[in-house]
Amino acid sequence: MKGNLSIASSPHLRDGLDTKSVMYAVVIALVPAGAGAAYYFGMRALAVVVAASLSAVAAEAAWQCAARRPVTVTDGSALVTGILLAFNLPSGVPYWLPVAGSVFAIAVAKMPFGGLGYNLLNPALAARAFLLVSWPVHMMTWTAPSRGSMSGIDAVTEATPLGVYRYAHGILADPASTAQDLGHAATCLKELYSTASTRNLFFGNHGGSLGETSVLLLLVGVAYLLARRIISWRIPVSYIGTVALVAWIMGGERPFQGHPLFHVMSGGLILGACFMATDIVTTPVTPRGKLFFGVGCGILTSIIRLKGGYPEGVSYSILLMNTTVPLIDRLTRPRILGETKAVK
Amino acid sequence: MVGTFRGGIRPKGARAATSTKTVRDIAPPPRVILPLSQHTGTPAKPIVKVGDAVKRGTKIAEADGFISVPVHASISGRVTAIRDFPHPAGGMMPAIEIEGDGKDEAVDAALWQDLAAAEPEAIRRAVWEAGIVGLGGAGFPTHVKLSPPAGVKIDTVILNGAECEPGLSGDHRLMVDEAKAIVDGLVIAMRAVGAPRGYVGIERNKPGALAKISEAAGNLAGIRVISLAVKYPQGAEKMLIKVITRREVPRRGLPLDVGCVVQNVATGFALAQAVKHGKPLTSRLVTLAGSAAAAPGVLRVRLGTPVSHVIALSGGARDDCARIVLGGPMTGVAQSTADVPIVKATTGIILMRERDLRTERAGPCIRCGRCVERCPMGLMPNDLARFAERSRVDSAASYGILDCIECGVCAYVCPAKIDMVHWMRLGKAAVTAAGQAGSPG
Repeated sequence: MKGNLSIASSPHLRDGLDTKSVMYAVVIALVPAGAGAAYYFGMRALAVVVAASLSAVAAEAAWQCAARRPVTVTDGSALVTGILLAFNLPSGVPYWLPVAGSVFAIAVAKMPFGGLGYNLLNPALAARAFLLVSWPVHMMTWTAPSRGSMSGIDAVTEATPLGVYRYAHGILADPASTAQDLGHAATCLKELYSTASTRNLFFGNHGGSLGETSVLLLLVGVAYLLARRIISWRIPVSYIGTVALVAWIMGGERPFQGHPLFHVMSGGLILGACFMATDIVTTPVTPRGKLFFGVGCGILTSIIRLKGGYPEGVSYSILLMNTTVPLIDRLTRPRILGETKAVK
Repeated sequence: MVGTFRGGIRPKGARAATSTKTVRDIAPPPRVILPLSQHTGTPAKPIVKVGDAVKRGTKIAEADGFISVPVHASISGRVTAIRDFPHPAGGMMPAIEIEGDGKDEAVDAALWQDLAAAEPEAIRRAVWEAGIVGLGGAGFPTHVKLSPPAGVKIDTVILNGAECEPGLSGDHRLMVDEAKAIVDGLVIAMRAVGAPRGYVGIERNKPGALAKISEAAGNLAGIRVISLAVKYPQGAEKMLIKVITRREVPRRGLPLDVGCVVQNVATGFALAQAVKHGKPLTSRLVTLAGSAAAAPGVLRVRLGTPVSHVIALSGGARDDCARIVLGGPMTGVAQSTADVPIVKATTGIILMRERDLRTERAGPCIRCGRCVERCPMGLMPNDLARFAERSRVDSAASYGILDCIECGVCAYVCPAKIDMVHWMRLGKAAVTAAGQAGSPG
């Protein structure tokens, strides 16, 4: 026995899971969708991911050095931010764009608030919003998938499915539309809801941000996170469920004639609901709060998509809901065992 | 089958490693140190002087008031000192030291009579005289629990055989070996409080104990054996009551507020020994476990035996033993010295190697919510720890820090490795000191 016994507060047993393993589990969960991006959009997509990741990690290390704080970039959180930011960019962006985004994410959205655990907004989404208002053309030039698509030509731009949806509904809502316009819009919508289109949405063979397109590959990653209990089912299920419900009620030409499957699988919903709205730092800690958060995101996304002037609503919805998290947490405290119902 | 409580964890840990072995008797040591405070409440008052001869079972200190219990000599010999000694709860506390004469003579129990069928008051008296306290680790005087205040109706007595602390198996062993006496203890306790119903709650991973206790209970009126989910902290009083009776102990209330009395199975056994055989509490079962224990197992140890003596006689500790924990790994107390004695509430000795110690530095909370999801009391440990750390006493109180049972679940699951329980204790002390208990309920 040793001369000096070590003492510490109980418990003397600990779960093996630590912050680092949580972060790297998210990285692992993003690998399938990253591979899908490489398949559909070519190596350039991977280069964008690498540029965003490296610059996020470098920015965090630089900040910590400058602030004379311990450098903790190996915890993986900056890496996750970089990858997620890249997943939210079109694959054809110039390389300085992901770098600018990552620096913004780390140096504006994360570190000034106190670093890991203290930021209010999801850094990757805050950076995406920043890039979108600063360089809208780069951010909205969607590259068509170069492999698996009929064209086979790189750098052909293509409207995203939600862009088409928005365009067609714009025509339908416009009283000045001619009969020919209306017919064209109806054809567009019919095509969108076709089996072939749905299959493309599921596998990822369509235009969009490089990491958001393949529902299948994103779900594979989510299944991994759920199985390891890294994230809770509450936010993805309540978020996606709300979008599906609202789309069914309000997304069609008449009430209750919408196409929930199309809305769920298109745009950034799956990526957002499963990887951005489940970012543990910027979402509620209480089980009930997570449900509220998911429903709130779902309602905002639906409103922006169906009634707003902008085809996609996932990032702004999550950012808006991020700001309500302290309030949600306070209002959804669990009932303490033995607490009577009459309380507050 | 019964339901379960919210939250909780299933810790890994060699639960059964020590449960299949027979109990080993640790020989009476040459010297025992019997602290005057081995229970919750006022310390006992010594009634012997240095130099007095005592036998095993001689009362050497008497209860000081109602919430206090006597202490009995656990070996025969001579009183050699009454002064401060290291105490397993930390620091130095007054104790009586006895040097053994090697004869291990017991006091004559011939004067005792079987009080099992006696009036409640006589049962309480016998239990009190025998110095019995909660043996599951709490150390609360048992006669007090068996004395419901006037006007309080107790309808249920629960014997706690959950033994949910990973790695402990003393209760398991006792239930297998002494099932009949444990059930006797339950019947006596029911009689003492006038309760028509009695339960023995046992986690499902102890089939041997379930079988033996069920057999011993036979079809005694009002008694049921309950098979519980294997989940920590199943054995916490409030969880046990909730699962078995579906009643919730009110915030900061007591089990008697919902008509319940909960006793550990080992307490039940000691109770039967006292009431039926007149035996005071002088020994108990202690689990020796941990990766640094050379020969893990369940030991029968005389109270007051120094831990170092128990370790030496039970096969020793590995050279790389870096920490000694008394109690279970989730709630036990790390000791600064192996000179501390085994006391009434010592359930286990955990010997840990260097590599088992968690030495990671605490990182920032990443708000994963695991502690909130797992807290069996429905608290928000993340917020409470932050309030405690920043001395925000009012906020800690209003978020219910005093409801914390210090089970350690939040710290166990925390990926940032924050010392939750440490902050809870600090915060609770600060709230209590400020006299702001928050509005209960």
